[in-house]
Amino acid sequence: MIEFDQVQKSYQVGGRAIPALHATSMTIQAGEVFGIVGHSGAGKSTLVRLINLLERPSDGRIRVDGENITDYGADELRALRRKVGMIFQHFNLLSSKTVADNIAFPMKLAGNYSRAEITSRVAELLARVGLGDHADKYPSQLSGGQKQRVGIARALACRPAILLCDEATSALDPQTTQSVLKLLADINRELGLTIVLITHEMDVVRRVCDRVAVMDAGRVVEMGSVSDVFLHPQHPTTRDFVFESENIDRSEMQQDLAQAEGRILRLTFRGEATYKPLLGQVARDSGVDFSILSGRIDHIKDTPYGQLTLSLVGGDLGVAMSALEAAEVHVEVLR
Amino acid sequence: MEDLLTNVDWLEIGWASWDTLVMVGLSLLFSVLIGLPLGVLLFLTGKRQLLEQPAVYSVLSFLVNVLRSVPFIILLIVMIPVTVMIIGTSLGVAGAIPPLVAGGAPFFARLVETSLREVDRGIIEATQAMGANVRQIIFGALLPEAMPGIIAGVTVTAITLVSYAAMSGVVGGGGLGDLAIRFGYQRFQTDVMVITVALLVIFVQLLQMAGDRLVLHFSRR
Repeated sequence: MIEFDQVQKSYQVGGRAIPALHATSMTIQAGEVFGIVGHSGAGKSTLVRLINLLERPSDGRIRVDGENITDYGADELRALRRKVGMIFQHFNLLSSKTVADNIAFPMKLAGNYSRAEITSRVAELLARVGLGDHADKYPSQLSGGQKQRVGIARALACRPAILLCDEATSALDPQTTQSVLKLLADINRELGLTIVLITHEMDVVRRVCDRVAVMDAGRVVEMGSVSDVFLHPQHPTTRDFVFESENIDRSEMQQDLAQAEGRILRLTFRGEATYKPLLGQVARDSGVDFSILSGRIDHIKDTPYGQLTLSLVGGDLGVAMSALEAAEVHVEVLR
Repeated sequence: MEDLLTNVDWLEIGWASWDTLVMVGLSLLFSVLIGLPLGVLLFLTGKRQLLEQPAVYSVLSFLVNVLRSVPFIILLIVMIPVTVMIIGTSLGVAGAIPPLVAGGAPFFARLVETSLREVDRGIIEATQAMGANVRQIIFGALLPEAMPGIIAGVTVTAITLVSYAAMSGVVGGGGLGDLAIRFGYQRFQTDVMVITVALLVIFVQLLQMAGDRLVLHFSRR
């Protein structure tokens, strides 16, 4: 468990304190995948670097598993960093070492593993990330996705309890991003590892995260379960991210809505409800006619969801609304 | 052929070549031994680096700049009392080594600093995030990553020392430069001049080739 208690960070620039993170309190639960989403410069990089003290907070306390890490000395800090693995946007592998030596590096730095332990752990990790045949290659001989897999294996070498991901998929193509995210999700499930993931893509959050914090200008502006935040965004910044990830042009959408007749509703289905033949039944029972203005059916992590924008004409709207709500569909009246 | 090279005493040339080799070899060794830690220190104490120490950096940087801005021919003369203090004489092969190191070490230190700066900051950050201390970051990440650049720096320094060593002939340093000045220049023996210069060119070529090969061997990018 990672707890932020009124944590604040500012940088001294030309004698003035420029705040990068305003006083922030939040808790990341053990074993969850926690996403932090924000534009560049929003403070998410700073936030994640506070967890392994690559950045020291200017004020406030950070507790990892109940222990206040903020005033750790050099030895405690090194022990903490072995417990917290980290992967990076640009992988940051040592170009002078082979894949196997890169993965062995943190264990060698720790100094308390025998050579045999290191060899067997490296082989195990290489197999886990699917790079068994690449042990003796150098990073320059690998593709981006393979490099990030080496980065993940290296971060896991000392069996950390927490894995920090700094824009880990931002330099990868969409397909590779998917496979790396799947690997992260598998690791989270198998090892019970807490993952803190920062990204500027809501889509990454939607695929792997349990909870998400949205950051804007050094503040956490919205936080909650991914399905709540994703399906019912409250803050304008969050809305921007959600629309962006769904490729929705907002002015175009407004135009479409303006042309539609009748009442306009947005229906949100979650889980099993997504697959039920609900709309036809409701239309028959209430006598309303509907047309679909926009819609999307997808998954949030493993849960299916659907979101439809409908215009309803004629019939008994009240009956339709109560039938939908009875089926546990979230109904929002847009007009 | 023999008529063209009437003044050339091949035994003399042989000894002079050996002297040059010894001067360059020893001064290169000491330049690296002093310049490498100095370069690492310059890098680490520099702005926004691991051990940022503006005062230490300014003093070191100033010292290096002073030694590097004095023309080597002047440095040779200025160093005479220091050389006498260390070696006991300022003459011959041994007497040439302290000024050569005084010229070579700061030069190499700057080259080391530059190649360390070229190491991706992300690699330093990643190594820190793994729980490395400063010593482990230097020996485990910085130096291995900068190795091709540092070896290229050794090559450039060696070649600079060849030309410096030739200059040391002016103050009685010995070697091919000494031969070129005493016979080629002062006694107008052009053939000796041509041979010594040719040997120096060959020497530099060999150094560059060896250096390039090593750089290639250590480059994994």
